[in-house]
Amino acid sequence: MSMKVKTRQVDGITILDLSGRITLGEGSVTLRDAVRDVIAKGSNKILLNLGDISYIDSSGIGELVSAFTTTKNGGGELKLLNLTKKVQDLLQITKLYTVFDIKDDEATAIAAFNE
Amino acid sequence: MADSTTSRESLTLDSSLASVNRVEQVAEDYAQRAGFDEDEVPNIAMAVREATINAVVHGNAYDAAKHITASFETTAEAIVIRIADQGPGLDPDTVPDPLAPENILRGSGRGIFLIRAFMDEVNFRQLHPGTELTLTKRRTPAKTGT
Repeated sequence: MSMKVKTRQVDGITILDLSGRITLGEGSVTLRDAVRDVIAKGSNKILLNLGDISYIDSSGIGELVSAFTTTKNGGGELKLLNLTKKVQDLLQITKLYTVFDIKDDEATAIAAFNE
Repeated sequence: MADSTTSRESLTLDSSLASVNRVEQVAEDYAQRAGFDEDEVPNIAMAVREATINAVVHGNAYDAAKHITASFETTAEAIVIRIADQGPGLDPDTVPDPLAPENILRGSGRGIFLIRAFMDEVNFRQLHPGTELTLTKRRTPAKTGT
């Protein structure tokens, strides 16, 4: 049921590799804390790799939106990488697909931060 | 008139996240047994999860003295799930549209929208106190009788 986060740096971009479920409770809180931690450490270019996210509910969608707005309001950028079809469908239904900058290739995503 | 119900189950649970996960799991199992396909089952389970979150978080506000009930029913035509809480009541007309430009970046408020997106019918009933949501997903004709 839980979500795991691994953090790495590539070319000045902080990549959070997320796995598991982003749902009300533990998953959403873990994501919120991870993004806050990255920003607190002075990074404001964040790439969320959702390739191993098996499930997301409305709370998780809300947490992605909050992470996006928090980063943007701080003058940074947050992009999404490797969406599963299920997550992609959810973002389309909720009309968030065009709000986020979504990439399906890590190198392309990294390059997009530096455009 | 004969009762067309083929299966029925009811749960009474406390107002906790564990209950949300339990009801979601039962919904998934029920939908699978009812013959819904691999695309429909997760959507039904998610709609039920969102309805249960509403009951636990917004209805009962995690109050240990209040319970939620979840009932599952399959018939030849549909799966019908009812989720009820003992909270102050919910008027669905007061829920903001999450697709409106002024709401699109809100960090919450998409649960009822997703329930409606994934189910064929969603009805709200006031229980005084509490709210009952009835979620219906009809079988497609090809699946009738499976």
